[in-house]
Amino acid sequence: MAYTQYVLVCGGTGCESSKADAIYRNLIDDVAAREMQADVQIVKTGCFGFCEKGPIVKVLPDEAFYVEVKPEDTEEIVAEHLVKGRTVERLLYKENESKEHAKIDDISFYQKQVRVVLRNCGFIDPENIDEYIARDGYLALERALTELSPDQIIEELKVSGLRGRGGAGFPTWRKWSFTKAVESDQKYVVCNADEGDPGAYMDRSILEGDPHSVLEAMAIAGYTCGADKGFIYIRAEYPLAIGRLETAIAQATEQGLLGKNILGTDFSFEIEIRLGAGAFVCGEETALLESIEGERGMPRVRPPFPAVKGLWGQPTVINNVETWANIPAIITRGGEWFGKLGTEKSKGTKVFALTGKINNSGLVEVPMGTPLRDIIYNIGGGIPDGKAFKAVQTGGPSGGVITAEFLDTPIDYEHLQELGSIMGSGGMIVMDEDDCMVDVAKFYLEFTVEESCGKCAPCRVGGRQIYDVIDGITKGRGKPEDVQRIEAIGQAMQRASLCGLGQTAPNPALSIIRYFKDELMEHIEEGKCRAGVCTALVRYDILEDKCIGCTLCARRCPVPCIDGERKQVHVIDQERCIKCGECFAACKFGAVVRG
Amino acid sequence: MAKLSLDDLRKLREAKRKQMDQRDPDNKTAEVIVSMGTSGIAAGAKQTLAAFVEQLQAKGLTNVSVRQVGGMGLEHAEPTVEVRTEDMPSVIYGKVDGETASRIVDEHIVGKKLVDEHVYDRPAADLMGDQ
Repeated sequence: MAYTQYVLVCGGTGCESSKADAIYRNLIDDVAAREMQADVQIVKTGCFGFCEKGPIVKVLPDEAFYVEVKPEDTEEIVAEHLVKGRTVERLLYKENESKEHAKIDDISFYQKQVRVVLRNCGFIDPENIDEYIARDGYLALERALTELSPDQIIEELKVSGLRGRGGAGFPTWRKWSFTKAVESDQKYVVCNADEGDPGAYMDRSILEGDPHSVLEAMAIAGYTCGADKGFIYIRAEYPLAIGRLETAIAQATEQGLLGKNILGTDFSFEIEIRLGAGAFVCGEETALLESIEGERGMPRVRPPFPAVKGLWGQPTVINNVETWANIPAIITRGGEWFGKLGTEKSKGTKVFALTGKINNSGLVEVPMGTPLRDIIYNIGGGIPDGKAFKAVQTGGPSGGVITAEFLDTPIDYEHLQELGSIMGSGGMIVMDEDDCMVDVAKFYLEFTVEESCGKCAPCRVGGRQIYDVIDGITKGRGKPEDVQRIEAIGQAMQRASLCGLGQTAPNPALSIIRYFKDELMEHIEEGKCRAGVCTALVRYDILEDKCIGCTLCARRCPVPCIDGERKQVHVIDQERCIKCGECFAACKFGAVVRG
Repeated sequence: MAKLSLDDLRKLREAKRKQMDQRDPDNKTAEVIVSMGTSGIAAGAKQTLAAFVEQLQAKGLTNVSVRQVGGMGLEHAEPTVEVRTEDMPSVIYGKVDGETASRIVDEHIVGKKLVDEHVYDRPAADLMGDQ
């Protein structure tokens, strides 16, 4: 008999780390204890995207959406919902504190999303190739091998308008046609899964939730460009994604969808995984190729581009995970269909990892051109604790900030560039009034200085110089000419650095000069940090006339450095104060002031 | 497992697609809701449920979801089943055994005609709240 009920358990890294695996195993045990295993199918899927509320368990066909589930809740789900058909109200997701629980389609987090890349994520079991095949999996490869010539495939990609999702947005069809055009008896296909931006996890989730979509696309590229060997370069710190990729490669090879004579044709293609040690620069395509070759991960001078002279000097198609995941959908449903999604120059959808000061952290996929406001307020549910939105950083350490006045900007490659940011791989970090923009720029500079490979001077020296200037500003040593200094060094880095890391490293600093000059000048001229983050510029004092001597601040102080008897005015010992702001947050009488 | 030929891949995809479509909540246009309270189960609702699932799968009707709920309040007519389709009023059938289940699939869901002798209408308004 067929299954009557389905329980989907999120198996993404986020939910796994909050015991999703124990929930999955408990469900299997609880269902088996009632001898219902023939009626209920329990599936561990990839990420559902709504990571804020994980671990998530979905029950179909009832579309019950259980959030923040604990391993001990499974008994109740099985006994009440699966056996008696009564939903477990206390675990259902309730939007905006309303009493009504929402069905999956009604949750605003999902309403504005369009899922192309994440089409299978959170629905299929990524460790079962049959489920991928059932969802038109390997249909694109089948069509490519039997109906389409390599030129037709490239034409289809051209019609689709797909551009690289790694950040730079180079048209995918052009990359492929360069490699195809070169005569060579050995060519390669490479998947860049070296996701390194702080706060970004789109690629990891795609690989965890739908690894076959990437394998299928790489095989199609192999057929199109004449390559028989592919590499996936992925960071060793993604063990779950690596494990699922290994399983997927083994299953596809066993079924003859990878390996020699795929589907009985002359075409052969195999894929190997290469683990990276987690250097940010290895996300740069030429440094990545060096690393695969076993060399130190440092970028090469381009041109020649990898499409012509890549891995071991051979023509190499290299695309990012998300780009790959789009390709089977484009070949199956047609470039024209894809071209209808998105804006004139930016086609399709984009996956973003929404993090920071936002209610609904998670993985979202929206059509290109969706206004930022929709992403932050409708999907993301706005800023927690009623705080004011300040800015969102896109493109990680290579990007810049977008401020409140640009919230209605459609998000695509062109508009982000106009604003001085970049699409990047898709990290979106939301900041509120408690974040200091100078400190944010310092954080990213510290990251790029740390991650600079040191091969070229503009990046190695320039990054450090800008960092030192900004560090000085946050410590009260800022000078009015610092702004020009940052701009001059930044321009030199943008023009003269060897690779994208150095060319984009000054962006966060230049971006705050452009959008938060007030706040920057306040640091420099008045020695003031309005957000209270730059501790050297902050001082807390207790107002004598307002302090009633409740002792709360003294008890909260972690040092402790606040003296005072009960019902006596308290005093902060400035010498020992670490400027943590605990007293400021604790005082109910407005007696502690930040200056 | 042997390597797939083109034909094998197509067959495998078709065979598995139905199972996955049944799971997929996004393509559902009709609902069969089986009352599975204690009295329903005692009257044979489990067999009724099984009959629906089997019939729907055999006929490839993956757009119909089969859900289970508690008692509907029509204990005298158990097993009871509510059928909701897009272009017909929602109907509650009573005394639905395996054979009737397959008639409901053929005549109501596919043929768009009520199975007259089993219609027990909807329960009293006070039980239904404001639906």
